[in-house]
Amino acid sequence: MVAYFCSERDTTTSHKLLDIMSYHRSTVKSFFSGLAIVFALSFLSISVNAQEGKAIFNQKCATCHSLDKKLVGPALRGMEERGPWGDRKKLYAWIHNPAGFIANDPYTQGLKNEYNGVVMTAFADLTEAQIDAIADYIKNAPPPGGGGPTNPDTPVAKAPESDNTLLFGVLTLILAVIALTLLQVNANLKKMSDDKEGVPAAEPVPFYRNKLYIALAIIALFVVGGYATIQGAVGLGRQQNYEPEQPIYYSHKVHAGINQISCLYCHTGAQEGKQATIPSVNVCMNCHMAINEYTKGPELYRADGSVVNGTAEIKKLYEYAGWDEGKQQYTGKGKPIEWVRIHNLPDHVYFNHSQHVVVGQQQCQTCHGSITEMDEVKQFSDLSMGWCVNCHRETKVQFNNNKFYSIYEKFHEDIRNKKIDSVTVEMIGGLECQKCHY
Amino acid sequence: MEQKKYWQNLGELNDTEGYQKLVKDEFQEDLPLLEDRKGLLDAKAPRRDFLKYVGFSTAAAAVAAGCEMPVRKSIPYLNKPENLTPGVAQYYATTYVAEGDVVPVIAKVRDGRPIKVDGNDGSFMTGKIEGTSARVQSSVLDLYDTARLQWPAEVVSSNEPPKELPLVLDPLDKKIAAELANGPVVLLTSTINSPTTKKIISDFFAKFPGGRHVQYDAVSYSGMLQANEATYGKRVIPDYKFNKAKVIVSIGADFLGTWLNSEEYASQYAEGRTINQENPQMSKHIQFEGMLSLTGSNADDRFIHRPSETGAIVLNLLAKLGGSVSAPALSDDKLKKGIDITAALLNENKGAGLVVCGSNDPDIQILVNAINELTGANGATINWANPLQTRQGIDNEMDQLVKDLNDGKVGTLLVYEANPAYNYHNAEAFKTGIQKAKLAVSFNDRVDETSALCKYILPHPHYLESWGDAEGRAGLISLQQPTIDHLFRTRYFQTSLLKWSGSDTDYEDYFKNHYVTQLGGQSAFDQALQDGFIEPKELTTASSAFNGAAVADAASRVSAVKAGADIELVLYQKVSIGSGATANNPWLQEMPDPVSRATWDNYAMISYKMAADLGIKLDDHYEVEYTKPVVEFTINGKPVKLPILAIPGMHDKVIAVALGYGREEGVGRAGKGVGYNAYPLVDGKGAARKYYVTDVTGAKNTGDTYTIAYTQTHNQYEGRKEVVREFSLADFKKQPDVLPHYRQELAEDFAKKTNNFRDEATLYPVFESPGAHWGMSIDLNACTGCGACTIACTAENNVPVVGKNEVKRSHEMHWLRIDRYYASYRDNTEGDNLNVVFMPMLCQHCDNAPCENVCPVSATNHSTEGLNQMAYNRCIGTRYCANNCPFKVRRFNWADYNGADSFGDNQHFSGVGKLDEAVLQMNDDLTRMVLNPDVTVRSRGVIEKCSFCVQRLQDAKLKAKKSQDPSLIRDVKTACMQACSTGAIVFGNVNDKESRVYKLRNVEQNRRMYYALEMIHVLPNISYLAKIRNTDRPVGVKEEHGAEEKKAEAHEQSHG
Repeated sequence: MVAYFCSERDTTTSHKLLDIMSYHRSTVKSFFSGLAIVFALSFLSISVNAQEGKAIFNQKCATCHSLDKKLVGPALRGMEERGPWGDRKKLYAWIHNPAGFIANDPYTQGLKNEYNGVVMTAFADLTEAQIDAIADYIKNAPPPGGGGPTNPDTPVAKAPESDNTLLFGVLTLILAVIALTLLQVNANLKKMSDDKEGVPAAEPVPFYRNKLYIALAIIALFVVGGYATIQGAVGLGRQQNYEPEQPIYYSHKVHAGINQISCLYCHTGAQEGKQATIPSVNVCMNCHMAINEYTKGPELYRADGSVVNGTAEIKKLYEYAGWDEGKQQYTGKGKPIEWVRIHNLPDHVYFNHSQHVVVGQQQCQTCHGSITEMDEVKQFSDLSMGWCVNCHRETKVQFNNNKFYSIYEKFHEDIRNKKIDSVTVEMIGGLECQKCHY
Repeated sequence: MEQKKYWQNLGELNDTEGYQKLVKDEFQEDLPLLEDRKGLLDAKAPRRDFLKYVGFSTAAAAVAAGCEMPVRKSIPYLNKPENLTPGVAQYYATTYVAEGDVVPVIAKVRDGRPIKVDGNDGSFMTGKIEGTSARVQSSVLDLYDTARLQWPAEVVSSNEPPKELPLVLDPLDKKIAAELANGPVVLLTSTINSPTTKKIISDFFAKFPGGRHVQYDAVSYSGMLQANEATYGKRVIPDYKFNKAKVIVSIGADFLGTWLNSEEYASQYAEGRTINQENPQMSKHIQFEGMLSLTGSNADDRFIHRPSETGAIVLNLLAKLGGSVSAPALSDDKLKKGIDITAALLNENKGAGLVVCGSNDPDIQILVNAINELTGANGATINWANPLQTRQGIDNEMDQLVKDLNDGKVGTLLVYEANPAYNYHNAEAFKTGIQKAKLAVSFNDRVDETSALCKYILPHPHYLESWGDAEGRAGLISLQQPTIDHLFRTRYFQTSLLKWSGSDTDYEDYFKNHYVTQLGGQSAFDQALQDGFIEPKELTTASSAFNGAAVADAASRVSAVKAGADIELVLYQKVSIGSGATANNPWLQEMPDPVSRATWDNYAMISYKMAADLGIKLDDHYEVEYTKPVVEFTINGKPVKLPILAIPGMHDKVIAVALGYGREEGVGRAGKGVGYNAYPLVDGKGAARKYYVTDVTGAKNTGDTYTIAYTQTHNQYEGRKEVVREFSLADFKKQPDVLPHYRQELAEDFAKKTNNFRDEATLYPVFESPGAHWGMSIDLNACTGCGACTIACTAENNVPVVGKNEVKRSHEMHWLRIDRYYASYRDNTEGDNLNVVFMPMLCQHCDNAPCENVCPVSATNHSTEGLNQMAYNRCIGTRYCANNCPFKVRRFNWADYNGADSFGDNQHFSGVGKLDEAVLQMNDDLTRMVLNPDVTVRSRGVIEKCSFCVQRLQDAKLKAKKSQDPSLIRDVKTACMQACSTGAIVFGNVNDKESRVYKLRNVEQNRRMYYALEMIHVLPNISYLAKIRNTDRPVGVKEEHGAEEKKAEAHEQSHG
């Protein structure tokens, strides 16, 4: 990934209108959680086979085929009623070797003419069972127009935990006032009793000139101010909730949420190396060659509340990719997209996505938040060292499932002897400096 | 007389006052802050000022860091190449080719940038090892050299810089082609062994008849080539098999350092010297030489002589072995004895002896061939199948060319990878000659001494940018493929030749077509590219028919050679700089010479006796303070002033000067003007170059001084002597258990209850390593001191270059140094009773580390895997750790040498003012492309040190975790281990009983295994294997006192 420092400073006012946005978000959210329940029920009727089929369809076929729309290849809904495809054997033969099949088949020859002489790519690696699964999926897929189905597995976002700071603050204030009043009352009572007993009273001092109060106030101020200063200093350079405006309004909610595109379809690097990688423009075009308008999804809003024209954003992508929509070909005049980098770690930190995703089997959401509900992405975690370390303290290692850990004989023995029940990242050295700093 | 002592410098040997002061302080000067001022406490209002500074800097930092974060961009590819994942390294097989040298390498490419090269262990050309030389390791830096010419240029006049030529070169090509047609064309190159290039050259000369191709090697081997032609009928150099030889005799050949294919020889040499401790045996290496060379330092027995006596020695040896020659009498008794011993050993080991000679005199080489013939080496230790083709230059061809140039007989001179204006012995003649050629075109990569005299310079790309091939040994072809696109507007010189001979093919296409056709298809070609070579599955050994007709004549000519009247001069190459072509490489310039430990210079090496004769006192002023006297010698009648270094083991009447220094402006910022150019001293009177001069007179101390930045007084042990362990082979056979006994004694003394020295003899808790525990074993018997590991470490870990001025202040940053110990009789430090031991010293990763306890911020601490970790961002630079390190391996970053900070002022400080040009060159954006992105670039004010290449360990563990296979971490190699051609360094997980390092320590070599300073109970994770020397001379430190006293001493040290 090419990342460089820009001399310009971020002057976008991303947080100013957050309250307006949050109103929109919550309505949209409740609408979709409703939808999610409806579809979760309807999904129960679909076989597991079809679910697998859907995954394979998205991976292998969706680049050129849609269920209901003619793309590079024909729309596939109801394909079993067309041509020779009622016979699965022929379907296998075609998918495994289209060039061979077409020679003796007038139907596919016709298709070839219809699609400007383009013949489908061979998928020799698909097993017959997998092709069956795809066919089942195509047969049982829900009809269009019902909006995007939401994966029933996706946990419905929890209501944000109520923030009690204000309550505690108010309570403290009330208690402080009561204490102050009681002190005053006490002083007055003492004075009255002194008067009664004839003890000569000292000149009364108003509470704001009382040295005790002043000292207390200064100490309180020092503590509060010091805490705030240190917190502020610690937070320097951190960017939690950073949500810059991107060159293209790209909604993760539409892609990963509503359309259920796997995170790893685009962020391929997450399984292979340090960087999850932002997909190159050609990956976007795999789908967007066909999907050229945004019509069916929900209304999208920018941070300032203005409505986003989804179709116009797709045209922006075409501009970057150098895709001539009319001629359906590349002009060769593309340019890479300069995304604004949101998650930044200092240079002296080594972080490897594949370590966490493949070995640690962490969900993307653990660190990136409910990304499937964000339109433009914001930084969910503060990415501080304390945050890393806390997770390493608590997270349990896949100790018995990964043969690598067989070298930790001592821990295996301790588990057998019931001395410990699990091994955390900390125990295998996850808090040591040179796990991340070298 | 029997007593020996290991010492690194004279201060240590004599325990002088200056030396005591030097070792007292870890750092030789105060913090720069305190240096030039009276001290903060004397300032008028220090407290107020301090508070002001604190307030201001806090506010400034808050403003700089807090208010606005910079917007960072992430720019993915438009069209990502399919097999590329950002952040994941790719490896390409290619071939290092420089001045004829051929080394198949694997280049590591991170995000499009080659950052590291290592040997290709599949190829016979590397001897099937990954180890390489320091020069190969550093070649990746040359790719990013700022002095490379970035476009084709025209030299308008000698006063102004060359002018950039337009993008389209067609008009120029036509003009040059027309000029070529006019008159005799000469193509002057270094040795070319690329089959395709040779074909292009022959096609080129078919088009321009009357021309010729002259191959010219900066340091010539034409004597060997001609001798082999005379005796074996082949103008080639055979393949030597040092592993098959039981007796290795080298007469002035630096075969472990700079002689021919030395990395392969070093690996074979180490193989023959591997000790099987049950039945200890090893080859015997005898060295005859005038100076102390790297190879001589490793020899079992060493005999010193004047360079002019080389022929006499060879003749005497030949005569002793039964050759029918009459040998001149030698005056030196020791030398005579040496020849007797050598002859006897060679006679005992017929068919298992090997004699090599570094002389460039064809007559001497003929006699050496005769010796090898008599000892049965031909076909046994000398293999004539697949001979070496890395040097092909013949001296008189070059002499003829210079003559023709001066006679105006050359129309056009084309120069590729040759620089005679710098390294021809009579460079002036070449310089005047080249002016007389009608046209001169250079393909060199920079405006060097020769290019500056040419009309046009059309730079050739670096090998890492190139397609190409090389046939280093006949029948073994290595292929080059680019690892990065051309950084600059460079064009293959082959493309130019093709264009000018009327073909429109680019060399790239020509090359691909050639091999696709030859190998019979694209897929075979792809496979060959992936392998990096085209070689037969097995190699054969062959002998060659010897023709002794030339021996008698050669013998008579050799015996006529006269010795010099007084002093003689030896010209040698350093293992780092070599011929000087890579003089602008700061890594190589800063690499301490294995023997002299000097950086950034050449000098005259002389013996202690000569120093005394010249009235030079080798006191603290000389040794500790770096000021070396400048001595004037009259060499060939010309006065030459050189700083001297007194080195033990030099012949009393020999001085030695390294070639490859004294480059001019055009070489680049780092290399220009470093040292003295010794090429004009090369004797060119005869048909073959002689790398020694007999006419040296009038040596006198000028009284001037010169500072040489050398590191032999840095990082001292304060007399702790159990650092080096050495035995003679006979002693080791007699008492193989000295080291295990020593360990047992320690356990008995300090671990009385459990007999477990490790756990009981300490107050500190014992570290546990539940998973892996990393450890290293270093075999001192295999280490030749070549320094490849130092450069490999530099490349892998972004170790900064500090420049000569900083080395002088002990600020060199190498994480891995190679300590060179002299061991001699205490009362006789001179001559051939000298043993030299090389000991790689790096962070020992002590399990009971003294550095960790004293860090106030716990920036250095211990990991469960046995690593002594260093968290740079936590370090506040107190340097307590460095003070407390018994091995002196911690380095303090004094001045942001790598340019890591955004504050330029961090590179300036009082005392230095400005860093050297070399450091600034390393800070250039182009040069910084060589940095390894997986390793933090340290900034000013932190301690750094060897990390055991933790980035590689983490990567190996991640791979093992991903594929759920713990055995995969057995493959992990540190950079130094990978670069070591002799296999001296072995790294691994000592908790794994199948690992090499576990087996070496506990099974295979446990009798030689020891830890440095074991008695102080720091529990290092690096173990050493003691050096074994195959000699009858006494070796090793003899017990000075009774055993009891020694124990008491150890006791004291462990508590003190």
